[in-house]
Amino acid sequence: MKLPLHKIAHARSGDKGDASNIGLIAYNPANYKIIEREVTAARVKEHFGDLVAGDVVRYELPNLGALNLLLYEALGGGGTLSLRIDAQGKTMGAGLLSMEIDMEESELA
Amino acid sequence: MIRIANGQGFWGDWLEAPVRLVEQGPLDYLTLDYLAEVTMSIVQKQKQADPNLGYARDFPPLIGRIAKLLRQRQVRVIANAGGVNPIACAREVRRLAPGLKVAVVLGDDVFPKLDSFIEQGHAMANMDTGEPLSTIREKVLSANAYIGAFPLAEALATGADVVITGRSTDTALALAPMVHEFGWKMDDFNKLAAGTVAGHIIECGAQSTGGNCQADWKTIPDFANIGYPIVEAEPDGSFAVTKHKGTGGRVSLDTVKEQLLYELGDPQKYITPDCVADFTTIQLRQDGDDRVRVTGIKGYPATTTAKLSISYMHGYKAIGSLVYSWPDALEKAQVADRIVRERLLNLGLTFDEIYTEYLGVNACHGPAAPAVEQIPEVQLRIGVRGADKKAIDRFTRELVPLVLNGPPTATGFGDGRPPVREVVAYWPALVPKDLITTHVEVVE
Repeated sequence: MKLPLHKIAHARSGDKGDASNIGLIAYNPANYKIIEREVTAARVKEHFGDLVAGDVVRYELPNLGALNLLLYEALGGGGTLSLRIDAQGKTMGAGLLSMEIDMEESELA
Repeated sequence: MIRIANGQGFWGDWLEAPVRLVEQGPLDYLTLDYLAEVTMSIVQKQKQADPNLGYARDFPPLIGRIAKLLRQRQVRVIANAGGVNPIACAREVRRLAPGLKVAVVLGDDVFPKLDSFIEQGHAMANMDTGEPLSTIREKVLSANAYIGAFPLAEALATGADVVITGRSTDTALALAPMVHEFGWKMDDFNKLAAGTVAGHIIECGAQSTGGNCQADWKTIPDFANIGYPIVEAEPDGSFAVTKHKGTGGRVSLDTVKEQLLYELGDPQKYITPDCVADFTTIQLRQDGDDRVRVTGIKGYPATTTAKLSISYMHGYKAIGSLVYSWPDALEKAQVADRIVRERLLNLGLTFDEIYTEYLGVNACHGPAAPAVEQIPEVQLRIGVRGADKKAIDRFTRELVPLVLNGPPTATGFGDGRPPVREVVAYWPALVPKDLITTHVEVVE
């Protein structure tokens, strides 16, 4: 079945220069394996389309049931250079939560 | 056990937060984080205009307001409020709170040393782009090294009630009292990493106590009276995150996890002047209401380099907007955008960047935004950036005329043309650590 990510995870995002950092956290740590499988760097890049000019790099923190995603060249230069309303990527985490993910009903904890 | 709170996540955070932290419950140390990357350039300019300024001006009046309570309750303050003029900041604190002993940590300001660094062969290449500092040397406005916890602990050892630093790291503010009270050494890497993680959790104020929390945000109680975070630190490096009883907000696994991941790079290499912390070793446990215990943190030796925060004059920018209403709101805004761009082109004006957004449609999330069928109204927002101030200024004249000479129903132009702003940019760089020397001064 397909489910929007916000059903099983929450997120917070911020900036590191021109990169947006998104912390994505499974509400139930038992569902971490689903986000680890589904939320790949490539899928995140595809989800945000031309909003992210650079690469997406993913780090895993299984101890927190969480992923840390770095979206490079995503903030229009970042910091004071950016002309974007969301120059610091504060809403990027929420933007990720609309992504549809695939899973078997039985694996949902 | 010692209690360390943070009452300020940035310069401009809630003025009542530090006052309430001291008033509403037990506390040993109050930390206040005033500095963002570009704050140093702002205070540098203020110092150039007036040699008695150049620090976080909110800070001395705050200390004046709470001085009596700090004394009564034996609460000591550590703040990176000094900007580029910690001594002037300390003198103003002494003037408003004569009963308090004030110490400053000096040595982070390397602006006067930049040329000698370059002469010694230190390129200070931009950590993001690799370009050497020489390409922008004459545009540099400020240069500061990030200072770690040990110089701050040295300042606490003078017995000061208030410790003021310039560009210390955010995490050092919380780690310093642990180093001071527990006698941690420079090779106690696991403990230093634990204190660093504690500092990371509280450095953004209420972001660890329910503020800006996506998880179940509608159920978070009493935002109006939100409690700011407190770390209860143990000598073995374990700690609890909590807030004063009776305050609003929430401390839960969700709120703490969100903050742990905030502005994080490689989680196994969280680098500070004090150590390298591994965030993949952090163990969390809910330990009663509004209380999370944190254990298990591993750390590694600090790197041999010091990070510099350099700011420089980059150019100018202006951002203006108009609102278009239903029907065809988005289409009208798109036509208006094309008109502005054509007129700028006809004027022969070029910019480093022209950026257009449609607020109410997809400005925040781009292609990831959900589709909207009937848009009631949209805000067209156009920004330009470049080196030529005159071109930027001319752009600011091009939006309001559209109200009469473009697509119908343009409104929201009440503030007239937008201001032209200077763009001060951030240049992170590394130098060998031994170039940075700090010392502590008690200000009488």
